[in-house]
Amino acid sequence: MPYLGSEETVKELRRALSNPNVQSDQLRYRNIVLKVIRAMSQGVDVSSLFSEMVKACATVDIVQKKLVYVFLCSYATVNPELSLLVINTLRKDCQDPNPMVRSLALRNMTNLRLPSLVEYVEQPLMTGLRDRAACVRRVAVLGWAKLYNLQTRSEIDASVVNELYNLLRDPDPVVMVNCLRALEEILKEEGGVAINKPITHHLLNRLKECDIWGQCEVLRILQRHRPQSEDELFDILSLLDVSLVSPHPPVMAATLSLFLGLSSGLPAVSKAAIERVRGPLLAICGSASREMRFAAICHIQLLLCSIPGLMGAHYKRFFCGYAEPSYIKQRKMKVLVELVNDENVAMVLDELKGYCTDVNTDTAQAAITAIGRIGRSYSDKCLEILTGLLGLKQEHIISAVMQTMCDLVWVCPQCSETVCVAVEGCEEMLLDSQGRQALLWLLGMYGEFVSSAPYTLETFIDGVRSEASLGVKMELLTATMRIFLCRPAETQDMLGRLLHYCIEEETNMCVHDQALLYYRLLHCGIEETRKVLQGRRSDPSLGVLIGRPAEPISQWASSFNTLGPLKQNNVEMESTSRKTPELVTFEPKSNTDLRDTLTCEPEENFHSGSDRTTEKTDSCTPVLPSSPGLPLTLSLSPALSPEEFEHMWLEQQPPQSEQGDGMSKEEDYLCLEECLRCPNIFDCSPKSLQAAMQLVNIQMLAFTPPNTLPWRVYLYTHTQQSNSVADTPHSSSVRDVQHTLILGELQYSGKGNKKHAIKGSISDGEVVTKDWDDEREEEEEKVVAYGLRTDRTQDEVKVTLKQHPKDEQVLKGFISILRTLLHTLSSEGV
Amino acid sequence: MISQLFILSSKGDHLIYKDFRGEAGNDVINVFYEKVTALPGDQPPVVMVTHRDLHFVHVRQGGLYWVATTTSAGSSPFTIIDFLNRLAALVTDYCGSLSEKSVQMNFALIYELLDEVVDYGYIQTTSSDVLKNFIQTEAVSSRPFSLFDLSNVGLFGAETQQSKVAPSSAATRPIQSSRDQKAELLRWTLRELFSPSVLELTVSCSSVTEMRIGLNEEFSIGRSTLRGYGAAVHVDECRFHQAVKLDEFDDHRILKLCPSQGEQTVMQYQLSDNLPSPPPFRLFPTIERDNRGRLLIYMKLRCDLPPKSAAINVSVSVPVPKGCVSLSQELSSPEQRCELKPQSRSLVWTVPRCSGGTQLSAVFKLDVPGLSSASMLEVGPVGLTFELPKLTSTGLQIRFLRLTPVQPGPSQRWVRYVTHSDSYIIRV
Repeated sequence: MPYLGSEETVKELRRALSNPNVQSDQLRYRNIVLKVIRAMSQGVDVSSLFSEMVKACATVDIVQKKLVYVFLCSYATVNPELSLLVINTLRKDCQDPNPMVRSLALRNMTNLRLPSLVEYVEQPLMTGLRDRAACVRRVAVLGWAKLYNLQTRSEIDASVVNELYNLLRDPDPVVMVNCLRALEEILKEEGGVAINKPITHHLLNRLKECDIWGQCEVLRILQRHRPQSEDELFDILSLLDVSLVSPHPPVMAATLSLFLGLSSGLPAVSKAAIERVRGPLLAICGSASREMRFAAICHIQLLLCSIPGLMGAHYKRFFCGYAEPSYIKQRKMKVLVELVNDENVAMVLDELKGYCTDVNTDTAQAAITAIGRIGRSYSDKCLEILTGLLGLKQEHIISAVMQTMCDLVWVCPQCSETVCVAVEGCEEMLLDSQGRQALLWLLGMYGEFVSSAPYTLETFIDGVRSEASLGVKMELLTATMRIFLCRPAETQDMLGRLLHYCIEEETNMCVHDQALLYYRLLHCGIEETRKVLQGRRSDPSLGVLIGRPAEPISQWASSFNTLGPLKQNNVEMESTSRKTPELVTFEPKSNTDLRDTLTCEPEENFHSGSDRTTEKTDSCTPVLPSSPGLPLTLSLSPALSPEEFEHMWLEQQPPQSEQGDGMSKEEDYLCLEECLRCPNIFDCSPKSLQAAMQLVNIQMLAFTPPNTLPWRVYLYTHTQQSNSVADTPHSSSVRDVQHTLILGELQYSGKGNKKHAIKGSISDGEVVTKDWDDEREEEEEKVVAYGLRTDRTQDEVKVTLKQHPKDEQVLKGFISILRTLLHTLSSEGV
Repeated sequence: MISQLFILSSKGDHLIYKDFRGEAGNDVINVFYEKVTALPGDQPPVVMVTHRDLHFVHVRQGGLYWVATTTSAGSSPFTIIDFLNRLAALVTDYCGSLSEKSVQMNFALIYELLDEVVDYGYIQTTSSDVLKNFIQTEAVSSRPFSLFDLSNVGLFGAETQQSKVAPSSAATRPIQSSRDQKAELLRWTLRELFSPSVLELTVSCSSVTEMRIGLNEEFSIGRSTLRGYGAAVHVDECRFHQAVKLDEFDDHRILKLCPSQGEQTVMQYQLSDNLPSPPPFRLFPTIERDNRGRLLIYMKLRCDLPPKSAAINVSVSVPVPKGCVSLSQELSSPEQRCELKPQSRSLVWTVPRCSGGTQLSAVFKLDVPGLSSASMLEVGPVGLTFELPKLTSTGLQIRFLRLTPVQPGPSQRWVRYVTHSDSYIIRV
């Protein structure tokens, strides 16, 4: 900060500080020191006063001492030599009869942050640990942590560590907690302070003496404790039950975090704990501090991932307040979307409708998106609201409505009629680029039902020269091509103009290349073009996702009570990016979301075995294979953890020599490799694949993100084959029934051009350098790159199955189930 | 774990800066301020700087930014936010009031506080009882000279009625260190909001060992329990400060506590659905277009409070269509005001006082160029803010307030009831 006359000020202060008259008058002296500190905090560089301030340190006035220390600690690193002068005063103060002076000196001695002073500090720190005043011990304990971090990579004396461990039994609770903190830092490389059973119990017993900050610290450190027996676990949990409903948010959150950590193997316990914090969490949602409210809402979002019904009855608590800041409003709307059910849908929609006209455009758009999300389940009511909003004729609202409608028709094709009518009226409205893209996509997809579509496009084409957005241009090309296919007479001329402009004049490579691609595609004939361009209009399989399966608690437990859930866009309740590949291609931002969600999914599936299958243990679905055979039942219990899976999979690695469609038999397991033809399976979203598999009780454990090669899915199931047909699945313990475990891998390693990739972002800066000679291949690649579908016939998935114990009959039955499943899925996709 | 802590004014001036761990330089203050003011409106309390893995957690109190930085993403947001709020409360308790000026004047005191409260980024204590032994600096009061102070002085020094009433500024008296005891002072505020309500207590005395607070006998919590025969005071959920002893609560509805200095929330309760009394305000709006293309809004505001009580500082905010250029109004009394606020796209009608059973009416004429029928939809939900002194919507009362041991010196105590509208919205 520029400060007028700072030179002058410093000079004047120096003169005053060295004036003996001032020095003899305590009050005046203190005031001058105060002025120095004030200048310092205003940003004036007063480091040149260091030696004068060192002198001012030797005083009996504690207030002045404190002020000088504030100064010294800020400037010590600039003046390491002069700082040596202070050490003497500080060491003398460490022997002062007043404990306050002792603790003050000790604290500031360690705050100087000068490695050269370490040798002078160690001895007073050691005595400080045994001081009779608790406030000195508190400072001394943390002092060791500071010292350790100051001397990089130096060994700290083992006796100090021992001393600190002993001080865990100090009568003062703050000293105890500080010991924990210090040991955590000093023993960082060994994984922190050792938490064994006696220490745990000692800490738990003394938890009540600590204030809330201490309690949080102890609870956090206890997360590392692993109880040996279930009894011990439940002892700890019942001891902590009181803190779970503590009126202090930090304590409540830390306790729940500990609960979730300890009972990770017992989903029922975690669930009960979450139910118990519902009250306190809702209370925080109404607390006076809005930042606190925000934190609570973000964490509720997290809890709802696993227990969607948690807040159902309390949906009114998430209605937005009039004066609330927009960040709270937007989060609340995301929660509201999750809480909608048949009874409250009218109320919630009515409320959300009110937010659509919010002054803050982000809030208004979030409200519209929320209505669109609800529209997936209650499309009629939501469409009515959305079309009503178009009447407001405001740019940001219409843009958001267009984008929402795009998403909505992709999931619910039955909405298309209403949407087509709505699109009809709003072409003359000015929209932002996102809104224009969405409008163009809708026109392209549903051009035959929108009578004015070609004329709308024409205005866009006329203005293409002044169009700045790359995405809009790309979308315009595709939309015009699509309309050309269904209404050639009206479109031919403008398509010609557009292609001409894009190929001859456009400077952007992406647009240019795409126009070129379409141009050549048209040369190949109308049928070919149709095959490439007319993809699906909607993805009803996403409908499965509406009743989103509850995520296992363990998936987010580690991020509970961290800053993670508060980060922006971290917890996306759903990823809007899973719409059309075409749209994804043009939205780099949402595409990164896509990748994020997908890469984190394998983890989800790793854990899902333990949680989800427990519910299904007694509901084995009998599945009759299509091939003649014995009735075969698949079940998911007992659950298999990913580690176990990996272990068994590697153990049963088939010898290299055996390849192809051969069966290898060794000891008591069977390995089989077969190729199944299912052309479109890669287009399925992993979630719909998983949902389909779960219908027949096959558990997917892990899969690669869809746009990587080789594409792999790992799965397992247990089979039960009963010899007597009348057997119910529940009598599985009868000896007639044979159990086998099947582990499987689906692999697809098509090289490059075989992949229907959902290609990642194409950034403006990406220069596509092409070998112009090889046109065909390039076109092929482009088809891939822009996510358009082509028909492929030779796509095959390699299935590797491992069975234990072996039973050929059953394995064949399983393969036929798998084949049926994959075929059903891929034919749905076409 | 807190790495640095700083307080910024709303204009970005550095008021207080303290580095606890030396992990990042003080240039992060400017980075934070740029980030937080980059977009209009308030920013969520957690802001990231990705390249340095530094997280800023901030709260806004008294128009200031209270910011803590931390390097570990695993820090508990609840702890840091709660701590920052607590720190702001401590500063308020020590400095008397919370503003840019009071922080500037008391910076030495705040540095001293910070030194005791946080060591090496770890929170040590925030209890004012513990802290008062360590804090040596005297607070500098920033209250300007005011004519209102003179009103307590009667004519020719005679004692007036007013001088017996505790001044309203009593609440903003800073905490005294234990050395000089002045008049004992207790302030009670029963502050009710329409959703969660709190019972707040400010204690400025230092020698109270125990305090007994009697609530209504008919006070009941939850649905099942009914007490007494009269109109029951009913709340759905209730939680108490941890220092409150509840052994006499079940039988006599008495709370016992040993208060520490400073302001604290003794009890927090909430009603979920049915209010015991009718909502204090009803609004009857009519929206029309006149033949000259202007938008006419007729508003009738009826106050349904009991005739003896009144609402003060009533402010009605009505969203108006975008592009509204001018406003003319007809109000029913001269002390009312109306203003058009273009940046929040609303008109604000303020009524200083509105007593129970009365009805106010107003006509607003808005000039909106290009008014269409759709614009009428933009006249959205009306928000009201108001204050109801001497009234609690639940009917909760304090029967008595006793201190043990009985104070020998002059002891002033008073209880103030007030209901605030937190978010009171009326659909149009």
